[in-house]
Amino acid sequence: MSSLDQLFVSIKGAILGLAQRLLPAVWLPWVSIVITIGVIAAIAPAIMMYLTWLERKIIARMQNRFGPDRVGVYGLMQPLSDGLKMLIKEDIVPRGADRLLHLIAPILSVVPAILLFAVLPFGRNMTAVDLNVGLLYFFAVSSVGSYAIFMGGWASRSKFSILGAMRSVAQIISYEVPGVLSVVAVIMVTGTLSTVGIVEAQSNRWFVFTPWGCVGALIFFLSGVAEVNRTPFDMPEAESELVGGFHTEYSGMKFALWYMAEFLESFAISAFTVTFFFGGWYGPAVPFWIVAVLFAALIATARRLPIPVKGLGVVAMVGAGLCWGTQPIPSWAWFFAKTYALIFVLVWFRGTLPRLRADQLMGLAWKFFLPLALVNIVATGVWVSWPFPIGTALSALILIVSSWLLVRANHPEAARPLRTYVFAD
Amino acid sequence: MELKSSAMPTIETQTLEVNLGPQHPSTHGVFRMVATLDGERIVKLKPVMGYLHRNHEQIGESITYIGSFPFTDRLDYFCAMSNNFGLALAIEKLGGIQASERGEYLRVIMAELTRLVNHTAVTGFLLNDMGAFGTPLLYAFREREKILDLFEAASGSRMMCNYVRPGGVREDVPEGWLERAREIVRNYPAFLDEFETLLTKNEIVRQRTQQVGVLPKELAVNASVTGPMLRACGVNYDIRKVDGYSIYPRFTFKVPLGSVGDVYDRYYLRILEMRESLKILEQALKEIPGGPAISPKGMAIGKAPRTFRPPKGEAYGRVEAPKGELGFYLVSDGSPQPYRYHIRAPSFVNLTVLEEMCLGQKVADVIIILGSIDIVLGEVDR
Amino acid sequence: MAIIGSGVLRGMGVTFKTFLETYPVGRGLLRVLGIPVTNGLVTVAYPETKQQHAERFRYFPFLVYDGTPDNLRCVACKICEQECPPQCIHIVMEKDAQGRPVKAHGRTLPKQFDIDMSICMSCRICVDVCPFDAIEMDNQYEYASTDRGPSMNFTKEQLLKSADYFRQIKPTESSTVDQRLAAKAAKASAAKPTEPPAAKPPSPPASNT
Repeated sequence: MSSLDQLFVSIKGAILGLAQRLLPAVWLPWVSIVITIGVIAAIAPAIMMYLTWLERKIIARMQNRFGPDRVGVYGLMQPLSDGLKMLIKEDIVPRGADRLLHLIAPILSVVPAILLFAVLPFGRNMTAVDLNVGLLYFFAVSSVGSYAIFMGGWASRSKFSILGAMRSVAQIISYEVPGVLSVVAVIMVTGTLSTVGIVEAQSNRWFVFTPWGCVGALIFFLSGVAEVNRTPFDMPEAESELVGGFHTEYSGMKFALWYMAEFLESFAISAFTVTFFFGGWYGPAVPFWIVAVLFAALIATARRLPIPVKGLGVVAMVGAGLCWGTQPIPSWAWFFAKTYALIFVLVWFRGTLPRLRADQLMGLAWKFFLPLALVNIVATGVWVSWPFPIGTALSALILIVSSWLLVRANHPEAARPLRTYVFAD
Repeated sequence: MELKSSAMPTIETQTLEVNLGPQHPSTHGVFRMVATLDGERIVKLKPVMGYLHRNHEQIGESITYIGSFPFTDRLDYFCAMSNNFGLALAIEKLGGIQASERGEYLRVIMAELTRLVNHTAVTGFLLNDMGAFGTPLLYAFREREKILDLFEAASGSRMMCNYVRPGGVREDVPEGWLERAREIVRNYPAFLDEFETLLTKNEIVRQRTQQVGVLPKELAVNASVTGPMLRACGVNYDIRKVDGYSIYPRFTFKVPLGSVGDVYDRYYLRILEMRESLKILEQALKEIPGGPAISPKGMAIGKAPRTFRPPKGEAYGRVEAPKGELGFYLVSDGSPQPYRYHIRAPSFVNLTVLEEMCLGQKVADVIIILGSIDIVLGEVDR
Repeated sequence: MAIIGSGVLRGMGVTFKTFLETYPVGRGLLRVLGIPVTNGLVTVAYPETKQQHAERFRYFPFLVYDGTPDNLRCVACKICEQECPPQCIHIVMEKDAQGRPVKAHGRTLPKQFDIDMSICMSCRICVDVCPFDAIEMDNQYEYASTDRGPSMNFTKEQLLKSADYFRQIKPTESSTVDQRLAAKAAKASAAKPTEPPAAKPPSPPASNT
């Protein structure tokens, strides 16, 4: 428990101490709640805005070009100008559309996305609410999003919106099943539904390093990608297809809310994968001064920052290194680093892969992921009953054999050799 | 969401007529398809073209033969050099002009570079239609830029080159151009390998494109489909081999043929054709002789187009453009302007089989099938 | 597993390599690992940096004068006006009150020479057919204007640029043109006693080269 690790907890404690001296005791729990909610409500939009920036920059770099770099240095003001643009756009509602539902739908989709942040273990002792049914809460709240999508599509009173909304809802519902089943394995091993408990159960080994955890992480992550409608599963909102999807008829701030919901949920999916499988806030004990030196080097070599800013940044990093240099890297830093690594993988998918057709992605969910998740549960049971190494080897064997069989059953043409091409004169 | 009428016979379904309108985000130009859908499957598809009609043939009848060359650039605006080449061949046949050696070599080099440019671009576009958010497209365009820089150095313009003339080419390439071309040809196979890694064995691409949009061999031959679409069905018809025009018989290259005729075959065939084009380019760049880049008669015509009065008669000059057989039909009545000037555009003819290929496929596949036919509206509508 | 199989991963490897190649740190990393570095950023940050064009890059034509703007090479023979495919050139020869052509420096000259830049195709045919090398292609392209008519119609004064400018933007092409003009001048001065240079009527010359 180093001071850097518990930095935010101690700040909150200091504020509560101040409130205790100023306000009557009955108000203190409310102050505590307000601080927590305020922090989450402040960082959630900030996370979403800079997630859009990150995505545009990364995809651009993968395509040999700069990303946005005109608005502010390195394009850092771009999300602000995007937000401003969305705010000043005209709000068009189709004639004959249900105005109330048209308004509620985007709100209904953003609210669960922010609610999910309540059970995320950002660091040691830094969970907003340590529910002992945290995992169930996660699945329940994220399912409300599918109501919102259908409501949005229906309220637009356009044939194509309804088609897109139906496809999207079908996709979300079908990918929830393998997602939940893959996490059942985690529940079996840890015996608790609380997110904090699951993270603490990974203190000596992350679950991803076990055979069932590896497969489970893959299934959970990919189901999550499908639930947020991101490439390669984004057929319902593809622009080059016939239907623009459920958000065709939305403009301005309402569209911005849909967009925000999508990005917040992608962050939430990455964060939950990290929590369930990748060890949450645990990380190897690396001293903090390494990170401080790295950041100082990064700031000093950034070509576009003006000199005073660079100087200030370097001084701040050096100061931080001197203050906390010998302590291990804080838990919240590990959490965010791992989450952003998974977000990088999400953006990487988007930049590389073409999208699957709607029926192909449903086939993937029902015919491949679902059986695999069920087999995963069996393999977890095997792993738990017999100790290492027999348990590990047996469960790995079960998983490998079953995935091979599933591949053969589902995609016989992929197993066929490549076609031969004749060269003629 | 599909209402399967076979499972619940009491529910009646209605077909939905949908306009894949002239403006749609998957490129290819202003082209409209009126599709009738039953659930997700296509029942009828009617292509509507003509949004880009610019009276090219009519204009061609009122200006001189040489004056038509800038307009041929704008036919298939990706492959300007090949279009010029076709018209130059037709005029040479009509007027009995012989092209100079170096001019022939330069023309072939330009035509094969154009084939590289076109096939790279169309593969990129196909993957863009499939949803890979532009990454393969931008890689393709990055390589294409290098070749377009070559075109700019030789002719002055990247796309609307107006470079090939009857008798050879308008002027010789500048110094160092051949070296740069050799450098690009040397580096291209590495890029093609990288491009293929990104795409060919990608399971998602294979799932989306295999067994989609199959074109049977007899239908292709009966509908006079030409180019990579025809060769993907397995018919061995490449005009460079059949006609042996210009100096193509001097180069050794093979013609790749597909077997099934679906979208994957057409896409992969274009990659193989690019490799064959690289072979032709290597040979041509090695063997190119010195000498004038245009024959004296050609230069005379270029300087004073109104003096060129070909004898009465007709000629049909055709080339293997990257999209198929591009043919120019000229009828002369002895005056400096052609009496009739008609263009056989490959994209237009290839589009006639769009409906047969799309029947029974899903909506999402129509875009991909259209992308694999490789149309350019400038050619379709002229 | 079929979908998330080796093909997809290899494709993602290519993208990741491209991502790393755009950063100097990434390039160093790739070199350390022995992977060849082939690409980098290809964006040209216009308008701070501009693309370097080839010498032959052509955009709009301009009229050439030797020395002073009234010593322009154009004799208003109207060949370019006839041959221009989209017909964007409009020439009026300088004539006196009786309708006879006025001569300056021993040749006729145009009173009005308008090229409508919104119609011009940049095809270069006017340059190819000019018998006097009076019109050449420029490589300026920043001509955006806010109205549709007047500022896109370039008059004679706007089109006139000196031969030195031509030599500066196109060294090899201008040297060819200069040699040709010098040879013609030598031939004309050799044949001067017998054949004075006359104003050419607007019809194609009989033969060339």
